[in-house]
Amino acid sequence: TRKKIWTTGSDNIKFDAGTLLLSTHRLIWRDQKNHECCMAIPLAQIVFIEEQAAGIGKSAKIVVHLHPAPPNKEPGPFQNSKNSYIKLSFKEHGQIEFYRRLSEEMTQRRWENIPVSQSLQTNRGSQPGRVRAVGIVGIERKLEEKRKETDKNISEAKEMVELSKSIANKIKEKQGDITEDETIRFKSYLLSMGIANPVTRETYGSGTQYHMQLAKQLAGILQAPLEERGGIMSLTEVYCLVNRARGMELLSPEDLVNACKMLRVFDSGVMVIELQSHKEEEMVASALETVSEKGSLTSEEFAKLVGMSVLLAKERLLLAEKMGHLCRDDSVEGLRFYPNLFMTQS
Amino acid sequence: MAMSFEWPWQYRFPPFFTLQPNVDTRQKQLAAWCSLVLSFCRLHKQSSMTVMEAQESPLFNNVKLQRKLPVESIQIVLEELRKKGNLEWLDKNKSSFLIMWRRPEEWGKLIYQWGSRLSERSFCGYLKSCGLVVRRVSRSGQNNSVFTLYELTSGEDTEGEEFHGLDEATLLRALQALQQEHKAEIITLGDGRGVKFF
Repeated sequence: TRKKIWTTGSDNIKFDAGTLLLSTHRLIWRDQKNHECCMAIPLAQIVFIEEQAAGIGKSAKIVVHLHPAPPNKEPGPFQNSKNSYIKLSFKEHGQIEFYRRLSEEMTQRRWENIPVSQSLQTNRGSQPGRVRAVGIVGIERKLEEKRKETDKNISEAKEMVELSKSIANKIKEKQGDITEDETIRFKSYLLSMGIANPVTRETYGSGTQYHMQLAKQLAGILQAPLEERGGIMSLTEVYCLVNRARGMELLSPEDLVNACKMLRVFDSGVMVIELQSHKEEEMVASALETVSEKGSLTSEEFAKLVGMSVLLAKERLLLAEKMGHLCRDDSVEGLRFYPNLFMTQS
Repeated sequence: MAMSFEWPWQYRFPPFFTLQPNVDTRQKQLAAWCSLVLSFCRLHKQSSMTVMEAQESPLFNNVKLQRKLPVESIQIVLEELRKKGNLEWLDKNKSSFLIMWRRPEEWGKLIYQWGSRLSERSFCGYLKSCGLVVRRVSRSGQNNSVFTLYELTSGEDTEGEEFHGLDEATLLRALQALQQEHKAEIITLGDGRGVKFF
């Protein structure tokens, strides 16, 4: 809110010493001394606005050009005026900022989508107080609301992260003073929230540096889950796991993929992350051993034995076949893999 | 007939009846199939076959294992045999084929060697009594010795020879191979055909 004077053209009918308020729907002027004296213009009435720079003896102004008043307009300070504009004069400061904000509102035209709580006639002719929920406009409005909420959540979350960080630091410093019980509780709290220091674009920017840091972080998060899953997970599994762990600073699919650039891509296009300790030969050798023990195995049987998803079990068997360790029996009974006796037996 | 035939280990290995996608594996597999087809046909004295017969034959259809080589894969095996010189298509539609467990050139060589050995043992007298014109040949060559096709495959003198009992189609191709090398000439003898060795 800024101090200004509300004038109407050359008649110099002035209202001075007031406060100008800008909402999504209206421009409101309120007398500083007498708060009962208040008037407003709907933003929809505005055709365009222009700046008038300050000069010697002149204060900075904003000229607001208006549409002709609608017939059902509520009574205002004057019956009529020969001018189609009003001037806002900024005696002290604030013109630049106010002009910027007003321009923004004029561009966004939020009065068109956001429900009006007071009875107010707009040029659009919509019923006062009625919310338009149909069509694109309704959807746009819902999206707008969601966005606002998300923004709110994100800013709150950031605070939470900051808070956890500071608490974690305090714990570190006061190692002796805080009981072990409290420490453990806090550590688990941090763990459930995810990483204490999520790698964000702000810290590392975008590009390879960011993705490298990200990749390091991923390796950390994924070590244990990978071991549980027999050393192999599909990228979609990783995406879900990682974002659940990060909690707040969610990873976009693109970022995840870029961080995984050094990973192997199976022929079928299923991209997987492999534990560094799992080399191809090891995987294949163990697959061969398992198949040999059982004589022959289908993908499902192999998956069950090793504790892996069927999709990835198949990939491993196919890899072993590609490397010549296994061969296939494809019949009405299904697809089975055998040790490749064609190569080993004379 | 099939009882005396010994199936190779691959015949009891289910993957044998699936065309292997791995190139190196497939190479081994096809080599095994070619070898099996040739030894099977040799033992069963089968010199020609139709593709339909092949599909139902125990050769490609292991009833006990419940596996059969699909017809597309059979075609691939037959093509391999053709490339190696052991198979010749008897018709344009590729519905029947001649199968030669020895390539014609190999037969030709054997027959030619026999021919020179024969002349060394001087059986000309015997052959004269058969009503043929035979000339003694020196070690270095055969000098126009002539034989009927029947003699080559069914004569007493060829008993014990590998080509004894050889089907005419294969024999002809063997002699054609020799003809290419200018070692023999296929001639007409009375009602049938014969060969003149040089």
